Order: sequence, then C-alpha cells, then structure tokens
Amino acid sequence: MSFNYLVLTCLAYVILLFFVASAAERSAARGRAGWLRSPLVYTLSLSVYCTAWTFYGAVGYAARSGLEFMTIYLGPTLVFVGWWVILRKLVRIGRENRVTSIADMISARYGKSNLLGAIVTLLCVAAGTPYIALQLQSIAQSFTVFATDPTGVELATDRNLIAFWVAAGLALFTIAFGTRNLDANEQHPGVVIAIAVEAVVKLLALIAVGVFAVWIVAAGPGDILTRIDAQALPEWQIQPGRWTGLILLSAIAIICLPRMFQVLVVENTNDQHLATASWAFPLYLFLMSLFVLPIAVVGLEVMPAGSNPDMFVLTLPLYLGQDGLALLSFLGGFSAATSMVIVASLALATMVSNHLVVPLWLKARASRNRDTGDMRLLVLSVRRLSIALVLGLGYVYYTITGGSAALAAIGLIAFVGVAQTLPALLGALFWRGASRTGAALGLTVGAALWVYTLFLPSFGPDVFLSAQLMEQGPFGLSWLRPYGLFGVNTLDPLLHALFWSLSLNALVFCVGSFVTFPSPIERVQAALFVDIFDRSGPARSWTRPVAEAEDLLPMAQRILGVSEAQAFFSAQAELQGKTGFLPDITPEFLDALELKLSGSVGAATAHAMLAQSVGTAVVSVEDLMAVASETAQIMEYSAQLEAKSEELSRTARKLREANEMLQKLSVQKDAFLSQISHELRTPMTSIRAFSEIMMDTDAMTPEERTHFAQIIHDESIRLTRLLDDLLDLSVLEHGQVQLNLGPVLLSDLIDKAITASNSVQGDRKFRMLRSRDGESVQIITDAGRMTQVFINILSNARKYCISDDPQMQIKVRRQAQLVEVDFIDNGAGIPRDKQALIFEKFSRLTDSMQAGGAGLGLAICREIMHNLGGDISYVPGQGGAAFRVSFPLDLSAHMSTPDSHDTTPAAAE
Amino acid sequence: MTPPRHSQFLARDSYRLRRLMDAVRLLPALGLLLFLLPLMRRTETTQTVVPPSSPGTPATAQEAVFLFLVWAGLVLAALLMSRGLRHALDVPTRADEADKPAPEE
Repeated sequence: MSFNYLVLTCLAYVILLFFVASAAERSAARGRAGWLRSPLVYTLSLSVYCTAWTFYGAVGYAARSGLEFMTIYLGPTLVFVGWWVILRKLVRIGRENRVTSIADMISARYGKSNLLGAIVTLLCVAAGTPYIALQLQSIAQSFTVFATDPTGVELATDRNLIAFWVAAGLALFTIAFGTRNLDANEQHPGVVIAIAVEAVVKLLALIAVGVFAVWIVAAGPGDILTRIDAQALPEWQIQPGRWTGLILLSAIAIICLPRMFQVLVVENTNDQHLATASWAFPLYLFLMSLFVLPIAVVGLEVMPAGSNPDMFVLTLPLYLGQDGLALLSFLGGFSAATSMVIVASLALATMVSNHLVVPLWLKARASRNRDTGDMRLLVLSVRRLSIALVLGLGYVYYTITGGSAALAAIGLIAFVGVAQTLPALLGALFWRGASRTGAALGLTVGAALWVYTLFLPSFGPDVFLSAQLMEQGPFGLSWLRPYGLFGVNTLDPLLHALFWSLSLNALVFCVGSFVTFPSPIERVQAALFVDIFDRSGPARSWTRPVAEAEDLLPMAQRILGVSEAQAFFSAQAELQGKTGFLPDITPEFLDALELKLSGSVGAATAHAMLAQSVGTAVVSVEDLMAVASETAQIMEYSAQLEAKSEELSRTARKLREANEMLQKLSVQKDAFLSQISHELRTPMTSIRAFSEIMMDTDAMTPEERTHFAQIIHDESIRLTRLLDDLLDLSVLEHGQVQLNLGPVLLSDLIDKAITASNSVQGDRKFRMLRSRDGESVQIITDAGRMTQVFINILSNARKYCISDDPQMQIKVRRQAQLVEVDFIDNGAGIPRDKQALIFEKFSRLTDSMQAGGAGLGLAICREIMHNLGGDISYVPGQGGAAFRVSFPLDLSAHMSTPDSHDTTPAAAE
Repeated sequence: MTPPRHSQFLARDSYRLRRLMDAVRLLPALGLLLFLLPLMRRTETTQTVVPPSSPGTPATAQEAVFLFLVWAGLVLAALLMSRGLRHALDVPTRADEADKPAPEE
C-alpha cells in the first residue's frame, strides 16, 4: 500500500468529517439540532476518553501486563454506573451555571476566583500537552508502519514531518469548528458530531480487527482463552497495588480530564442523556476492551519477535495480508487520536483564553484606563491562538522526547496530573465549607508534588532532573528523592506520586478550608453549587443597578455578537414587559447577562467585566453592613415616630376626655342654672303673689295679713337658706373654705348633731343605737363642718325614714388613721338606680315641697367631707338607708401627707 | 424512610424511586468489590515455588472472563436502573431529594 494512497485516504476521511461537522453546524444554526442532541450522540462523544492510547496502546499494555489495561476502563465504568452520586450533580451544576471548562467550574465555585482558574489551567496544560504529543506520535507511528516494513527501520525525520502536518491539520479543524462563534453555552455541535462519527469508526475498526483475530486467526473464543493462558507471562499477574490504584486513578480521570469535562459537562444539554450514558458508555468501553487481550495474544503468537506490541492492531492485519482491514484499523486509530486532540485542544484553549489571556489583557486595559474594545474578536483570536499554541506545545514535546516512552506511561502521568483537581472539584460539589484559599493551596501542593515526583522524572534522567538528584535527592537529602519521598521508596513510582500528591493535596485543601474564612461571594457560590437540587432559581449576586442598559449593550455585543446581544436584550426587556432593546437594569437582568457572558468567556471574566461596567456593584460585606445600618436607622426612626404618634393619640384621648367633661360640665351648669332658677322662682313667685295681694286688697283682715306676711317671711327664709346653701356649696367646691381645725371628741359631735336634728319633724321619736365606747375617739378636724354633715344625715333620716318604729344605728370604726362612721336607719332605703344620684345637686327622690329642702344637702355633705380629707358614701344592703362617713383621725397630719393627694380639698370636685 | 401509613398506595411509586436511588448509589460499590475479587486469589507468596512456565499460573483467561461478566452485569443493571430513574429527572420531585445524602459540612 503506497504512502500517498494512505495520505489520500486520510484526507478523504478528514474532508468527510469537515462535511459532517459543517452540516451539523448548519442544521444547529437553523434550530434543527434535534437528533444532534440525542443521548446516542452524547454517549458517543464521551468516547473521546478512548484515545489512540486505548486504540493502539491498550493492546501493547495487555501484551506487557496482561489484564491491567482493563483498570483504565473499569474506573470510568464504576463512575458511570454510579452516575447518580457525582455525575448528575456535576452535569447539572455545569449546565445551570454555563460552565465552560473544569477551570471555570472550580473558579466559579470558589468565588469566581481567577487565581484558581489560572492554576487549574496551567496544571491541565502541563498534563495535557504530553498527552497531545502522544496522539501525534501514535498517528505518525501508524503512518510509518505503512510506509516501511513492519520490522524495518523507521525514518524519524518523516515521522516528525507527519506529526507536524497532522498537528497543523487538527489545529485547522479545531479552529474551524471550535471557534466559529462564541456560543452562549460554549457548545459545539459540529465538533460533537464529528467526535461521534469518529467514535463509531474507532469502535468498528477495533471490533473488526478483534473479530479477525478471534474467528479468522484463532478458532473462536474457546481457542482464544486457551491461547491466552498459553501466552500468559508471570508479569501478567494482577498486582494488587497497581490494580486498585489504577482503577481509582481512571475513575478520577474520567471526571477531571479537561476533554472529558468538555464533552461530559459543557456539551451536555439534558440530564436524560446522562441517564442513557450511564449504561451506554460502560457498554462502549466494554466493547472497546473486549478484543484487546485476544489481539495482543494473537499478535504475540503470530508476529515476529521484537515487533512493537503497541502497533499490533495495525501490524497484525497488515502482516497477514489484510490491507483493507489494516486501512480500517488505521482510520480507527486516526479517529481516536484526532478526536482526542480536537477536544483536548479546544478545552485547553478555552481555559487558556478565559483564565490566562483575557484576564491579563483586561487588567492591562483597566490599568491604562481604556475601553475594552471589541472583546468578541479578541476572545476568538485568543481562542484560535491558544489552540495553535496547545498543539504547537504538543508537537514540540513530541519532537523533544522523540516518542521514546511507551504510550501508556504518558497517559497515566497525565491522569495523575489532572487528578489533582479532584479534591477541589468534589469540595465544590459537596462541601459548602470548602474555601478558595484551601483549594488554591491544595492544588498548588498537589501540582508541585506531581511535577516533582512524576512529571519531571518521566523525561528520563538528566533532562530536567539530574541522575544524581534522582538517586540521592536534592542537596543530598535522600528523603526528598522524587521516587522515594519521605523514605517511602518501595512503591511503584506512579502509585507513589499518586499517593503523595493526592493525599497531601486533599489534606492541605481541607486544613486550608478549616482555617480560612470565605468571602461572601464564595459562600453564595458554595450554596449555589452544593444545594443545586434544593433551589428553584439561580442565586442573586447583583444588587444595586448602577450602569445603564446603553452601556451594557455595547459590551455584550462585543462578546456575544451584535444580533445575539440585541436579541438577548430585547428578550429580557420583553420579560420585564417593556418594548425595545433596553431592559431595566435589575439584579435579575444582571444575573442573566452574567450567565450569558460566562458561557462565552468564563464565570470569573464575565463577573469581572460586568463589575467593570456596572461599577463596584458587587455585594460586599460593607454594602451589607451599610444596608443593615440604614435599616436599623429606619427602624429606630419608625419606632420614634410610633412613640410620638402614640403620645399624640394619648394626648388626643385626654383632650377628648377633657372636652367631654367640659361638655358635661356645661350641660350640668345649664341644668344647674335652670334648676336654680326654678328653685328661686318658686319662693319668689309666692312672695310676689302674696305681696301683690296685700298691696291690692285693702279689705283684709289682720289675720289674713299676718298669714300672708308669714308666708312671705317663710318663703324669704327659704330663699335665703337656698342662697346660703348655694354660696356654701360654691365655696366648698372651689376649696376656698376656711377650716378651723381643733381636737374634739367624736361622741360630742354626734351628741350635738342628734340634738340639732331633733327639731326636724320633732314629733317623731327615733331610737338611737349608739356605742359610747366606740364613739370616744379623739379627732382633729373642723368640728362645725363635721357636725353639719352629721346633722344633714340625721335630718334626712328623720325626713325620709318611713318606718313606724324608726331607729337610727350609729357605728364607729377605726382603721389605723381612718375613722368610719355608719348611720343606718331601718327605713326602705334608697332604690339601687337612685343611689348614684343622691349626692348630685338638686337631686331629690321625692317631691321638693315634702322635703322642704333644695336638694343640696348631700351634695354639700360630700363637698365638706372632701374638704375634710374624707368621703361620704351610700352603703347598700344594710336593711335601710346607710351612709358611711369616713375621715382621717388627724386632719392636720393628713393634709401634710402628699401621697393622699387625691383626697385633699384641692383635688376634690 | 418509611412511607406514611395512611397513604401507602399513593407513596408506593416514590418509595420505589427512592429505593432505586439507593440501589444506584450502591452499584459502584458493588462493582468495585467484584472488580477487586481477582486480587484475593492465591499468589506466589502463598505458594513456595512457582515455576515461571507453570501453565495457567496467572489465570488470565479465567479472570478475564470473570471481569467481563461482572462488567456486562453492571452495564445491564445500570441500563435497568436508568429507565426507572428517568422519572426522577423529568420533574424534580420532593421525593427526589428526600434522602439525598447530606453533604458533609
């Protein structure tokens, strides 16, 4: 088979891929990407895990170490069948936050930190470059297999040239389909569909060679099993350490490898696809590895001794004259290598541009205080340059090492490198307490250990690390030897590096997280990531709208492209119920915009750019505290207002009460005036009438004259008494009364009162029930006034007690400084509804003429008692009318005591 | 964990779903255990002298068959489980999160 024919086949295959990819892009652009986004395509795109290392190297690996090659697939199988635990969450978080790469994921989780993004990017580039070199090597090697005799000498110069052209071609393809546009979700349907096609090709090729080996060369599965046992070498024995360690390592790698993250998380459109991939991808791996051992065994048997087992897949059919099968196998290996290179360089370029170049450029621009220019073109250019850079690095790496190492070794070294992101990644998914500092320290320590114990030594002695250092450690410190760190020198170098780098990484990460304190934005992101399933909408991170939509639109246009940005803005405006291109700058809008931008340039950069445009509108602790103190002030103010308003309402209530009282008083005054007019008018009328009679009538007997004069006199006396009472009441009410205080015996007062009251209806005989002992109380008071009260009570009793055998009981009680005197008669008493009225002015229970008084007696009594520091009250339920008079024992002492203020004369009504 | 007694029939679907989630979490552990089984056979250290050409010493063929069988079993189990778990993905239900493993904090 001619070399040119091979090149032509390759070109034809690549052109086919171009066609498929551009067709997919076109139909995706037209929105008819339905079948492009099927679970099958998703699963097939995951096959980017199976690189040329798998395709060629696994057979070589099996030929050298037996079943150990399977570990590379068993780990991913376990991760995928257990997809519910980690992958589901990873994919959901990645999709909802528009994560663009594993560096973006870690950076976004830990407070959108660019430092972390840069660390992860550097680590991934360091680990990914040799891996890309490996693919170039395998392609070049497969070319030379055709160009030379399988056992003949290969031309190194040709291989470098081939590798160069392959690298250039792949760079072109990746740039064409990977950076066609800055898609909002960083998804590339063209690339994905090409990868899926290549996945089918490489699977078919490997199965074809396998079937050829099992059923054509050997006599079927049974025969193969016999041959396996016949060929088994002692080295094929499963080594427990490597077996377990490699299963673990490959399980980690399937999550952490940048290219796997790209197809698994970034290109994912639906959780359902993951459900399918959970079994379909392990099945794919199963089929990929099923024929590896048979091919290796048949190759070892058939091929001449000294053939490179890494190339058995290709050389076996070629050796046995199956040129067509060999070509298919070649295309399978080519597919495996190219798909890996395309996705890996795309993923790495995204990381390099988003986390290294653009942030640096933004910083440089910001320091020179200039506008950010056309970001869109810049990002795309940086992306394209990065792809070329990554592939160039791979090519340089390939030419320097010259393809000396076995293929599988480089793959595993890369695995350990990317595995350093595992602690930070798992912390991002499950541990809210994981902090940025912890992640940065852990990553740095892990990466440094990986470089020192595995990466640099892998180049061989005296390339980076001298043989002397490898043997004796730096500065003669043997416990720092790269393969024998801390005296642990019995381990397999790979496991040694894996153990130390990963365990110290995790330890530093945890301790760093324990002792540091995360920033607010970090904690917001932590909650957003860890509780992804507990939440309905994305968390809020923008609070104060500062920028204008006019400022944000040009910026968005620079990144998203004019039409896309305008469509986004108008859609957002429509969401807010507005028309046109300029929505209100709400926190929700800013969040949506940031999410949209982060799909293109990564979370950290998007956040930084928005912050630049919006101003420092990011929520900071200071902002929160300011808001809190404003709130506190408002609350205090409102509390003051509340107190004031309560005071006002209290005052208003008082005023209302006072007003009501005034109105009542006014009514009372009117009633009083009308009452007093009536009281005055009655005697005046009779006086006038009788005096007119006396004036007009001459013929009047002396008896008549005397009678009329008597009536006039009586009425005048009544009038005088009424006026006296009124004056008395007025004086008492205004507290202007002069009291003549002096010591007096209570019994004397009662005696005097009884004597004085006897004149009222003198014909009635009252039986007086008294207790001389109880009455013999020395009091200090105004004797005259007190007697007046007693007389009034006793006189009333004489007037109103209707009993046939009237009696009056007088009881005296002494309670500390208070004396109570009860006057109880055996009459009908006072009806309940009148009891409240009897102390009012002009209140008479019966006809006034019968009583012969003005109805002021008890009112005066009450005023007197108030003036005397006491009270008079009606006590119901005593068998008759019962009045209780209470007064202090010593009025002079009582008046000087301030706490009995309410009974002092001044306060009395 | 136990479904409310009065609504046993209503809760049956979501109960099955939650147990299915338990099972899918257990599956990788089971797979790992089985994948590690080949490590437990007799080795040189348990035998005094093993001639290098002793036929079948590394029982590679036997182990390969075992491993591929386990592998196929895992694929089948994952296939069956993923059908049931699809329902949980359609609408994120409360039951979905009811016994989600609490993130260690």
